[in-house]
Amino acid sequence: MNKQMSLQEIVGQLRDGMTIGIGGWGPRRKPMALIRAILNSDLKDLTIVAYGGADVGMLCAAGKVRKLVFAFVSLDFIPLEPYFRAARQSGELEVMEIDEGMMLLGLRAAAWGCPFIPTKIGLGTDVIKFNPDIKVIDSPYDDKEWVAMPALKLDVALVHVDRADVRGVCQIKAPDHHMDDWFVRAADKTYVTCEEIVGAEAFADPAEARLVFWERNFTTGVAAVPGGAHPSSCSPNYGFDIPHFQEYNASAKEGGFAAYFDKYIKDGSEEEYQAKVGGLDAIRKLPQPVY
Amino acid sequence: MMTTPASDYSLAELMICANAAAYEHDGEVLVTGIGVLQRIAASLAMLTTNPGIMMTDSEAWILSTPNPVGKRPDDFVQMNENWMGFSRIFDNVWSGRRHLTGGPTQIDRFGQANISAMGGDYQKPKVQMLGVRGFPGNSICHANSYMVPAHGPRVFIDGECDVVCTIGFNPARLPKGYSFDEIDLRCVYTNLGVFDFNGPERQMQIVSLHPGVTVEEVVANTGFEVHVPDTIATTTAPTEEQLAVIRQIDPHNLRSKQLKDNPAGVRL
Repeated sequence: MNKQMSLQEIVGQLRDGMTIGIGGWGPRRKPMALIRAILNSDLKDLTIVAYGGADVGMLCAAGKVRKLVFAFVSLDFIPLEPYFRAARQSGELEVMEIDEGMMLLGLRAAAWGCPFIPTKIGLGTDVIKFNPDIKVIDSPYDDKEWVAMPALKLDVALVHVDRADVRGVCQIKAPDHHMDDWFVRAADKTYVTCEEIVGAEAFADPAEARLVFWERNFTTGVAAVPGGAHPSSCSPNYGFDIPHFQEYNASAKEGGFAAYFDKYIKDGSEEEYQAKVGGLDAIRKLPQPVY
Repeated sequence: MMTTPASDYSLAELMICANAAAYEHDGEVLVTGIGVLQRIAASLAMLTTNPGIMMTDSEAWILSTPNPVGKRPDDFVQMNENWMGFSRIFDNVWSGRRHLTGGPTQIDRFGQANISAMGGDYQKPKVQMLGVRGFPGNSICHANSYMVPAHGPRVFIDGECDVVCTIGFNPARLPKGYSFDEIDLRCVYTNLGVFDFNGPERQMQIVSLHPGVTVEEVVANTGFEVHVPDTIATTTAPTEEQLAVIRQIDPHNLRSKQLKDNPAGVRL
């Protein structure tokens, strides 16, 4: 069994109009090499579900997003993501804005095959006012009303991990694997990029196996892309690239996304991208953030 | 603990100590201070009045002693207590055992808060901010306080928040089967004073004013009617002991950069 694929082969499996969940959190462990490959494709009309960072900003700026399901979009140290802001302020982006925990419940409902999960989260707020598709229902067990958080069923999940074997056993050594396991379980197909392909024996030690957060029958394809989370972080391998994010952020004020895209991403391979940002060795030396 | 009232302190330090007092009787709860002053306040409370407090490293671990804010020495070892990644945070905080102090951009007369977007309409906001983040869940699950560095009518707005991110005390929004007694909105700490929502019909009222601040100044800078009780305290000054702990938590003096011009705690 060998699930190895190239970035191009993975993007070739995606279709216009798909609902795609993206792992990671803000500027942390985003599958950016896959995002760049999507930016260089003809894909359009995507519904994106994410704890968003530059992944969401770039896809919005490139006009790939028809609908965004989000709780926030932020680069953390740059609180407001510039191209997400521009997309929202243009009035052209369809959104489902929900609480961070509601998104987790929606992914879990999809993973568990439930149409919804009841929760009190969202009651009394504009989350239910601005999302008429999220129903508030009576309970068969008490006299309160509850938000019926609908399943967020994904066609595809895209995630970036530390190590994987060719069968799709994936390991995340960062302090937090975020909600990646729930994105994976909510999706029909999951495509993974990793820092390193390893043999199955790499997970024999129980301490290593505990850092595997889903089972390989959820992994559809694996691509080895060391440095593939750049400019987001892939702790403990590398931190996020602060100067690069600052340049990206500044481009929104001068030059626009086209200037950033043309300089770094347009028609280029991931190797060419990495050469432009200083090379893989430089990425691997990026310091860990201090919170 | 010995207490020696400090004679010289900044407004930021006064606000930190006021915010820290919020947690004194909370017992064993997760405390989250979003923002530099809020985080220093939470750390101060954990190190002084309430050792039961639990705190995260803002990444994935619960700490048995707070991390100092800002850059730490290369040989610094943080004191982890347990793993608590983002998905597990909900498992803890939806139990209600948490008190958070956030920093919203808008607060309305119902105690509703906004960090999502402002102006225009919802489909096309004038200023997009973060999004609702975890505010809806926080507001209906556990205790919440807020800090406002620049008390003014653009924060304490007339009318409702442009995006209502939290459940507050708007009767028109009370969910079926709920009572507002279930909503644990505590205090608001601003550069002018301390406020709560225990006025008539849950109106925001003045609890204390910082030294030299007048009721008139508060009224003029609040976009809705604030209740003025018969007795208003002066916000308790920090002690020398508290300031010493604050300097340990914030060795790079980041607190001095949080308020415009870093004003003194006692106005001249």
